Amino acid sequence: MKASIAWLKSLTPTALDADGLVSTLTMAGLEVDAVEAAALPFTDVVVGEVKQVSPHPDAEKLQVCQVFDGSRNWQVVCGAANVREGLKTPLARVGAQLSEKIHIQATQLRGVESQGMLCGADELGLAEDRAGLMELPSDAPVGMALQDYLSLPDEILEIDLTPNRGDCLSVTGLARELGVLTDAVFTPVSVAPVPATIPSQVAVELAAPNGCPTYVGRVVEHVDVARPTPLWMVERLRRSGVRSIDAVVDITNYVMLELGQPMHAFDRDALVGGVIVRYAKPGEALVLLDGRTVHLSDDVLVIADHAKPLAIAGVMGGEHSGIQASTQHVFLEAAYFDPVTIAGRARRFGLHTDASQRFERGVDWALAERAIERATALLLEICGGEPGPVSVSSAPAHQPSTPVITLRRARLTQQLAMTLPDETVASMLEALGLRVDSTADGWVCAAPSWRFDLSIEQDLVEEVARVYGYNNLPTSLPAQAITMTPQPEATMTIGRLKQFLVDADCQEVVTYSFVDPSVQAHFEQAPGVQLANPIASNMAEMRQSMLPGLIEACRTNVNRQVNRIRFFETGQCFVPEAGGLNQSERLGLLLMGPAERTAWNTGRLVDFFDLKGLLDGIIALHGGDALNYAVGTHQAMAPGQTARVLCGGEPIGWVGRLHPRLAKRLDLAKPVYVADLALSPLLAGRVTAFEMISKYPSVKRDLAIIVSETTPWQAVQHCVESITDPRLRAVELFDVYRGDSIGNELKSFALSLTFQAKDSTLDESEIVGLMSALITRLKTELGATLRE
Amino acid sequence: MDELQEILQTALESVERADTLQNLEAVRVDLLGKKGHISQLMKGLGRLSAEERPAAGARINVVRDQVIAALEHKKQTLDDAADAAQLAREAIDVTLPSRPAQYPGGYHPVTRTLERLNALFASLGYTVATGPEIEDDWHNFEALNIPAHHPARAMHDTFYFEDGRVLRTHTSPVQIRTMVSQTPPIRIVAPGRVYRCDHDLTHTPMFHQIEGLVVDRDIRFSDLKGTIVTFLNRFFEQDLDVRFRPSYFPFTEPSAEVDVQCVMCAGEGCRVCKQTGWLEVMGCGMVHPKVFEHTGIDPEQYTGFAFGMGIERLAMLRYGIGDLRLFYENDIQFLNQFHGSV
Repeated sequence: MKASIAWLKSLTPTALDADGLVSTLTMAGLEVDAVEAAALPFTDVVVGEVKQVSPHPDAEKLQVCQVFDGSRNWQVVCGAANVREGLKTPLARVGAQLSEKIHIQATQLRGVESQGMLCGADELGLAEDRAGLMELPSDAPVGMALQDYLSLPDEILEIDLTPNRGDCLSVTGLARELGVLTDAVFTPVSVAPVPATIPSQVAVELAAPNGCPTYVGRVVEHVDVARPTPLWMVERLRRSGVRSIDAVVDITNYVMLELGQPMHAFDRDALVGGVIVRYAKPGEALVLLDGRTVHLSDDVLVIADHAKPLAIAGVMGGEHSGIQASTQHVFLEAAYFDPVTIAGRARRFGLHTDASQRFERGVDWALAERAIERATALLLEICGGEPGPVSVSSAPAHQPSTPVITLRRARLTQQLAMTLPDETVASMLEALGLRVDSTADGWVCAAPSWRFDLSIEQDLVEEVARVYGYNNLPTSLPAQAITMTPQPEATMTIGRLKQFLVDADCQEVVTYSFVDPSVQAHFEQAPGVQLANPIASNMAEMRQSMLPGLIEACRTNVNRQVNRIRFFETGQCFVPEAGGLNQSERLGLLLMGPAERTAWNTGRLVDFFDLKGLLDGIIALHGGDALNYAVGTHQAMAPGQTARVLCGGEPIGWVGRLHPRLAKRLDLAKPVYVADLALSPLLAGRVTAFEMISKYPSVKRDLAIIVSETTPWQAVQHCVESITDPRLRAVELFDVYRGDSIGNELKSFALSLTFQAKDSTLDESEIVGLMSALITRLKTELGATLRE
Repeated sequence: MDELQEILQTALESVERADTLQNLEAVRVDLLGKKGHISQLMKGLGRLSAEERPAAGARINVVRDQVIAALEHKKQTLDDAADAAQLAREAIDVTLPSRPAQYPGGYHPVTRTLERLNALFASLGYTVATGPEIEDDWHNFEALNIPAHHPARAMHDTFYFEDGRVLRTHTSPVQIRTMVSQTPPIRIVAPGRVYRCDHDLTHTPMFHQIEGLVVDRDIRFSDLKGTIVTFLNRFFEQDLDVRFRPSYFPFTEPSAEVDVQCVMCAGEGCRVCKQTGWLEVMGCGMVHPKVFEHTGIDPEQYTGFAFGMGIERLAMLRYGIGDLRLFYENDIQFLNQFHGSV
């Protein structure tokens, strides 16, 4: 909302300057975004009258003018096409200043003296575009300072209104608010009823009274639509950011800006029969004022005549029923449309109009008649015409009602943490337009018809706090509840997991949760959840794993010559499942490049086991269920270097080398290792249950076995551990050997076994017994043989 | 006797001549071995009379002790030399780059900032709550007193899914989930990703917020103000002016925007604060009674406050980051600047 300070002060004559207004309004919740001057800071420019125009003797495009300033003539050389005798236009005489930089001096133009300058509106900061000299009305008083004539200097406030304050989308609304916030008294625009001089009316039928319970119309005949809009009105419109179109449209816009009531003017002769306010028929077409054809649906309220829709109610009028140059008779409309009925309709048609902005937020439901009277008076003043009677159609059952709101003194005091004098509270509320009755416990109030945001007690608490000033209210800290926050010991925090990875030389990244579907397709068999309105096609699908984002982050850095990458990210992933959507946190890891940060002593690149080490390290932090790795195949991972990760027997994700073919397609030359895992199983630790330590010595025995190449180490480990003998304390792998001495398709594992008993020193025969039991088990279950 | 001195002299010379441990051992055997010169002298004592024997034996022992001392001294010398040679061979260039046992990586600045916020609020007894990012309309809008077609929805630039669900536009739905599932007193912060369909120099379609919610008996507007002022001073580690401007959020009332004195120019006016001296950093307010009604909490018994802020904005101000887009490019040159403890 743009508002001229001069216009505001004409209703509420506060002494505050622009800075004072900015601060007062902003601190009351009407945030002023910007203040701009309404014109350049020109001085000594007056209304001049061109008395005589003669050709320049030496320049074809220049003319020599005698311009009267009320006391004498000034000779001005001028090149504007629209200069002519009798024209009234701004005259900047010698000594005048147009801006800080431009001073008018006497000068010779091709040998002819020029004692000033005739100005275009753009040169005075009154218009954006150059359009010749500014043409002032013929009744402009010659010699009057232009500043005075145009109510300058003036400044324009640009106010960013919150959606609850539709009542401030008018000069009246803002001025009323200023009357509450300052000492100045707000005086509403005086509007006197304009008596009808002719009987003409248009019949109005309210066929959708829930959407439009009040419709006020008036016929004005024999209107001269060609009459120019007076300069004062053009200027007020301009300072409000509205362009002048023609007098009738300007008047409806002016009343909207002044009072807050959006209005519409129809060419009465374009109406067939009367007006019906109804819902559109499905598919019904309407050509809008902007020339576009829209097709309506049955939840769109329209103003129609007996043949067709004329306008989308509260949004925009139609092309063919609008005011034309040929219009003789005008039908003025001021209606109340229900905000919920209007809300969202403009947006649906790609529109955002001054009318829809106001109706969506709520327009004073008691204002329509006053607005019609105001518009009629202005119309008669500017364009002439014969007014018919004001016709008010209403459906009282559907009219908004005035909410009665009880404000309890105790509640107000509790919320604000301070006591305000009763009279202060009552006078604040009254100034806001509420009707206030004091009771023993507080106040009973009726909200004004323009405040759609006041319906419950808390709304009034806010109003009192706002008008009193948030920064004048006390400050405290809440009384601390005496509770201890739970600290679950078995569940590790995500923070600890991240700390571990950071300490292990990994860098956290944050990537978008929506990814390129074509990138995700490399990693997933089924597509993910699609956004209905993605911002770009490469951000259209919700990620199902951390991999697409990590790969993209990796590529970004590889493209910037980074050759060592250790990334991790945690975040929600979104996997469509039979029962709906699985939305849960995952951990992604990506390693690439040299294993060590300092490469001067080893050029070793990371491999599968570096990444696996990070995963096992996470579990070691809390001693929860160890991770198991099952040989697996994944469409994006290299066969033979891919494992499904299991925790407590449940698959929780994948770890492996990015498939070289895919890596090549993604321009990643070095081997890339990635993991993607459900996060919560990784955080599930345990609380230690102490086990008595043994005082007796432990004994180590080594064992070398030969197994098939296809037997994974984990099978051997499980086989050994499955003897579940408490005397077997540990089993470790210390060598893997392949070679001719063993044979093809076979490999040797060298195991180190540690035995220890709790209650005695193991003797040789016990150990031999245990070893032979183990060897038997390995032979029978895995077909292992001893390596001699 | 001269003969004995001569033997001693010769022995000491041969010890001195030995230049390796092996040579020295050979010398030792030659002198002190079973057939060594000195051992032979001892054996020769048998030929002397009983009266002569003790004195002669003592003299030989003196010589033998001298020889042993010389041998040991020489051995020490040779050992030291060998060690020195070994160490010389093993000398390294101590100026080569280090090979740290654990060289740390780093946190994303969003995490770093979030963790600081969590810690600050944890010290006031807040716990961390989370919620889903694909939300239903009720949690993201309806329950927060933003019905369909409410003008506030237009401000949210929502991402939709075909089934009507949305990517949460703020962390406020976590308030709803918490109030539905817990009974007061409630004291939570809810950090996380949020989404708005907006992408330009100063907006990314995904960013982070942290939401705070306190519900208890007799929570007042003053408690909200005090909490926010304390928090901002702790976060920026400065005593900054803070002001509360009335604003509008459908789920709080009274609602406020919070401005903090510009941390870049100490309120003097600069490019970052657009010459106003103030930075808008968060929104807050008293929990709206309708929100309490939607979540089954009696607004007569309980009152509360809520606040929400953008993490990237705080991180940008804290670390002087000038370009929001850097947060999601994940360029290592950007990321690895955020060192230190969290």
